[in-house]
Amino acid sequence: MKLDGKKVIALGERDGVPGPAIAECVRSAGAEPIFVETECFV
Amino acid sequence: MDPENQDRIKSLVDEHGADVVVVLGAADLEALEVAAETLTVGDPAYVGSLAGVQLGLPVVHILEEDIKEQVDPEIYDEQVGLLEMTLDVDQVRRAAATFPGRT
Repeated sequence: MKLDGKKVIALGERDGVPGPAIAECVRSAGAEPIFVETECFV
Repeated sequence: MDPENQDRIKSLVDEHGADVVVVLGAADLEALEVAAETLTVGDPAYVGSLAGVQLGLPVVHILEEDIKEQVDPEIYDEQVGLLEMTLDVDQVRRAAATFPGRT
């Protein structure tokens, strides 16, 4: 899946990779984060 | 998945259409399965606005090799490096390979 030019929904998890970390990564890959969230799965 | 997040994601997909990709970060396998299912074939718990809604979004995981390769290595290391060492990356990659829509 090519990320360049895509709009990304960055759905992280508190016990995994958080949303803002995903957003930073995909931004460097040329994608635009349009929704950034860190869920807490219980 | 949180019903409020389902609402927001549904309206973002309505607005942006086919260019939207979901990048997950969960390490919990059940959380991954539920999120991937909700964003492709609909909310399996039937509690949110995506119940019965097949968004069919492409879903990937930030720990997948194919995604990592596209990210600036310095930024990946800074944002995910430590977690990559503590999380079970192989387990997550195996789970990601079974997300709906994968061939």
